[in-house]
Amino acid sequence: MKVTEKDVAYVADLANLELSDDERARMLRDLNSILGHIDNLNELDTANVPPMAQVSELYGVDKTKTGSERFIYAAREDVMEGLRKSLPHDEALANAPSTDGTYFKVPKVIER
Amino acid sequence: MNLNLLTIDSARAAIQERKTTAAALVDAHYARIASEDDASDPNKIGAYLVLSKERAAAKAAQIDAMAANGEALPPLAGVPVGIKDVLCTRDVRTTAGSRILGNYIPPYDCTAVARMEAAGAVVLGKLNCDEFAMGSSNENSAWRPVRNPRDLSRVPGGSSGGSAAAVAADLAVATLGSDTGGSIRQPASFCGVVGLMPTYGRVSRYGLIAFASSLDHIGPFTKTVKDAATVLKVIAGRDPMDATSAETPVPDYVAELSKGVRGLRIGVPKEYFGEGLDSEVRAAVEAAIQKLASLGCEIKPISLPHTKYAIPVYYIIATAEASSNLARFDGVRYGYRAKDAKNLSQMYRRTRDCGFGAEVKRRIMLGTYALSAGYYDAYYLKAQKVRTLLTRDFEEAFKQVDAIVTPTSPTAAFKIGEKSDDPLAMYLADIFTVTADLAGICGVSIPCGETKEKLPIGMQILGKHFDESTILRVGHAYEQAA
Repeated sequence: MKVTEKDVAYVADLANLELSDDERARMLRDLNSILGHIDNLNELDTANVPPMAQVSELYGVDKTKTGSERFIYAAREDVMEGLRKSLPHDEALANAPSTDGTYFKVPKVIER
Repeated sequence: MNLNLLTIDSARAAIQERKTTAAALVDAHYARIASEDDASDPNKIGAYLVLSKERAAAKAAQIDAMAANGEALPPLAGVPVGIKDVLCTRDVRTTAGSRILGNYIPPYDCTAVARMEAAGAVVLGKLNCDEFAMGSSNENSAWRPVRNPRDLSRVPGGSSGGSAAAVAADLAVATLGSDTGGSIRQPASFCGVVGLMPTYGRVSRYGLIAFASSLDHIGPFTKTVKDAATVLKVIAGRDPMDATSAETPVPDYVAELSKGVRGLRIGVPKEYFGEGLDSEVRAAVEAAIQKLASLGCEIKPISLPHTKYAIPVYYIIATAEASSNLARFDGVRYGYRAKDAKNLSQMYRRTRDCGFGAEVKRRIMLGTYALSAGYYDAYYLKAQKVRTLLTRDFEEAFKQVDAIVTPTSPTAAFKIGEKSDDPLAMYLADIFTVTADLAGICGVSIPCGETKEKLPIGMQILGKHFDESTILRVGHAYEQAA
């Protein structure tokens, strides 16, 4: 068992999840089962292998350029309404669970 | 003319020649959805979650007016399509298969959907899927599982199960889905339709509810390879709203089909034909490879030596990215909010606890764990390094061959409930599809026979980055010959 009950509680806290007692027990079992399989990666020596975060920088770009210059085609002028107008206020608030008509409303943040 | 059996080509031609109307096509499809699909009846297929009847009627009327005026119709004119519920549609409820977005009405359209409609397509409604596209069976939908039209006791595959089932059951001529670890190709295989995952960056993801941003792709389900080529031409290409969409020019994929396959070099990777592969699937795919040989392709055995590490790499990278992407669901700006929380922190937690299903929470937990202090190097960084090795496998292979042919899935469709209690067993079912997502290459699944129980079998054709033309040529040639 690599993952402990304490780990599950800590990670749930990081992820803003509460999880019931049953869910925690299930999570402990599932995470250990999955991580057991993931440990197969340790068979490979990757000391000299560079990490790959994404594929865009490798393909479909001008390889004579380097770094962020490769993505210069995706840049635009830094102006208001550069790509589209902002949503009208009422549309932006239309899906909100709670508003006062101007702002999103949330429960109080600081306990007194 | 059976209006439910048309392809894109035949539908558009029939409308242009005034043999039918876009409105009649819409009616025929809604009638079939009412009789075969009905989401309120658990024994029916359950592909559609929401029907956009007003939007469909307005678009059909526009197309019919064009046809009546004798105007040349655009490439998808009057074609009834369905859209996976992870793609945002303005004013049409979009839930990503999740309770946390149960009442979400997007204020904008996904670029791929907007391009389909601009090309004349008629959006019938939104299609069921695994919650946030996380699953291989469609059993993780918060609303209901989708049933496989070919055998209602079986899963349609996932996560784009509704998109595959809708085309298979003639509930749409074409649909859009998304593929992060196989979610287009695997359900296409299970339902016996064509499913295309374009190269990473080929199709804009603007308006796709994100799962894993370095792996997410949008692509079509269709009844023929030619139809897939037609849809890809419409949705592909640079979009300023998605910085990851590539500038690479978009060829005429349909015209490319006529080039044939004589002399193409087809790689057959031994790692995809080993232990765990169902014997009927193996026999069907091997027969399809022989068919390609008879069409003039050169068949070459190849090796993709790191294949067995793809599942562990995928389930670290995908869950790590998901844990970050799904942090936005907090009950503040849109979606579900838990009631009666005493403070903000409790509101976040209860909202996410009640809003997310078991598989989504499992992946958020796994991804958060892999990114947490002390484990980042051992899991996330390690997975990124092995991702490099998997990508190099394909680079080496594509020095020798023009396309790679494999089974899409090790088995045909499994029974509903068969794997739903064992997440690792479910994850291992993605073994043949996750590699292409990790490397960012393109792939298509096309039907290549069926099992003794009449379940469809799919053949996967993988191609180089931005070389959809070649895999579509191979698929088209096989389809015409089979």
